Amino acid sequence: MVKTKRIAGFLGLPYIFWAAAFIVIPLIMVVWYGLTDENGGFTFANVAAIANPAHSKALFMALLLSFIATIVCLLLAYPLCMFLVEAQKTSNSFLTMLLIVPMWMNFLLRTYAWQSILEKTGIINTFLTSIGLQPLRLINTNGAIILGMVYNFLPFMILPIYNALDDIDKNVINAARDLGASSRQTLTKVIFPLSLPGVISGITMVFIPALTTFVVSSLLGGGKILLIGNVIEQEFMVAYDWNLGSGLSLVLLIFIVINVIVSVLTERSEEDYAS
Amino acid sequence: MKNELIHLNHISKSYGGKAVLDDLDLVIHENEFVTLLGPSGCGKTTTLRILAGFETPDNGSVIFEGKDITNLPPNKRQLNTVFQNYALFTHMDVASNIAFGLKIKKKDKSYIEDKIHYALKLVGLEGFERRSVRNLSGGQQQRVAIARAIVNEPRVLLLDEPLGALDLKLRQDMQYELIRMKNELSITFIYVTHDQQEALTMSDTIVVMNQGYIQQMGTPESIYNEPENAFVADFIGDSNLFPGIFIKDELVTIDDVPFPCTDTGFGTNRPVDIVIRPEDVKLVKKGEGTVSGVVTDVIFKGVHYEMCVDVKGREWVAHSTRPRQVDEEVDINVHPYNIQVMNKPESEDEEAVRENG
Repeated sequence: MVKTKRIAGFLGLPYIFWAAAFIVIPLIMVVWYGLTDENGGFTFANVAAIANPAHSKALFMALLLSFIATIVCLLLAYPLCMFLVEAQKTSNSFLTMLLIVPMWMNFLLRTYAWQSILEKTGIINTFLTSIGLQPLRLINTNGAIILGMVYNFLPFMILPIYNALDDIDKNVINAARDLGASSRQTLTKVIFPLSLPGVISGITMVFIPALTTFVVSSLLGGGKILLIGNVIEQEFMVAYDWNLGSGLSLVLLIFIVINVIVSVLTERSEEDYAS
Repeated sequence: MKNELIHLNHISKSYGGKAVLDDLDLVIHENEFVTLLGPSGCGKTTTLRILAGFETPDNGSVIFEGKDITNLPPNKRQLNTVFQNYALFTHMDVASNIAFGLKIKKKDKSYIEDKIHYALKLVGLEGFERRSVRNLSGGQQQRVAIARAIVNEPRVLLLDEPLGALDLKLRQDMQYELIRMKNELSITFIYVTHDQQEALTMSDTIVVMNQGYIQQMGTPESIYNEPENAFVADFIGDSNLFPGIFIKDELVTIDDVPFPCTDTGFGTNRPVDIVIRPEDVKLVKKGEGTVSGVVTDVIFKGVHYEMCVDVKGREWVAHSTRPRQVDEEVDINVHPYNIQVMNKPESEDEEAVRENG
């Protein structure tokens, strides 16, 4: 027993080095830069810079768009997962593959694909003008960014929900029906509560990458709609102001930490209820 | 007898072209403890699922108190099920699990409280209301599952191998408890199991099934003492199953040795199957019995010894509280009453039953 534990410890070593080199040290550097000025003196100015209207608007937009994208992902993923779980039971795995495979495609590639679909001279507008209609303003809108977020992060919602639904014993559903619940009551009183841990982790896994993205917003927002991710990226890559970039990152980090704490607390209260 | 409650009217069901139930016809009465007994794949669980409404038969109908309920969804049926793996709602505590059906039916709060209290008392789990079902032992979970079903006052309780996951001692205790609950509730129990001991202990009526057919139906005593075919004889209890010839009424031969019996009406000089329970094989001193043999094995079984006796190359199994020595020469006597004569299978279906049994 002791020996297995020691071996298990060794097995974790490669990742511990990885995490130290690429997560912990960079994080310490972000905190360091965020709380110092260009001369190395301690300051809160970089963090306080979030109060700048341009920055707080970008943060607000990022929160709003990623919140909407998360809700849309949930509304798309949940029914889909129920369908997939059902389809898998009737051994319709081809259909499952058909729905899952596009999600393995590279993230950038898919975003570029959307760009060429939505562009002024893109597929949709070319079609519209060819049949004599006015072209629509599709790209560089909030809608385009939400679409890009949903399209890219949907798999992160699907996987945990699918696993949670798939774990529910068919007899538990039968038991609810047997005890008089209609299919609707079975869904609201049994299936959904049992899948809640999957839903919560899905929400976290979509909301955080959506909140911090800058690729989706720069490709589909055309630089006209700035999210907090774009602001931070520009501070690092264009203005070379690492201190300000890090300071704003710390603000973003607070929102991420809040999200994680909420999801952990919800899961724990589930467990408390169980124990 | 009692009133007819359920009639499974010529039910057939197949999955992917394989027949699981073939023209099954079964009548169940009010307040009866019926056990569907058979090996896995015999169709007993499918029968239960059709009763509960989780499956629809391909042919035939389910009649409940004279009404056809074949296409009625499970939530509209006056039956409740206790599942093999308990199927409790893990996101709820014990009381909420039990209250589930009553809340769906919008019963008032004090009624639900009373029912929970009554049900927990009935299953011997008083004070467990606020416990999480995840931290209960298998036996306790089983009791919660039973409580959850019976608070709805079903006319029929369906139990799908409910004791399968419990250890032997607990299983035996639960058997007595189930009989007690059945008597207290005065409702019909339909119990599915592959354990013949359970079936014999608890049932008013045993339905022995194999390959989608009812092999025999009757009281535990009649099933045990008068099996109608080789499958039933072999499946219920230990038995010596021999091919024999029905010479004439009240006389058979086994390996050309004549044995008087009490059966009549099997014709003359007809091949038959003969079953003799090991406890009915009496070992006596050489020269005092019908046929002679040599003891080849002696195994201590607790209450009795099990002995194998080689008679003309055929193995006879005998149970006795008195052990014999290996290689000892003994004679065998069987009381005519204890020789059970059965028809040999005629149809292919029956033959299949026999080969797979």
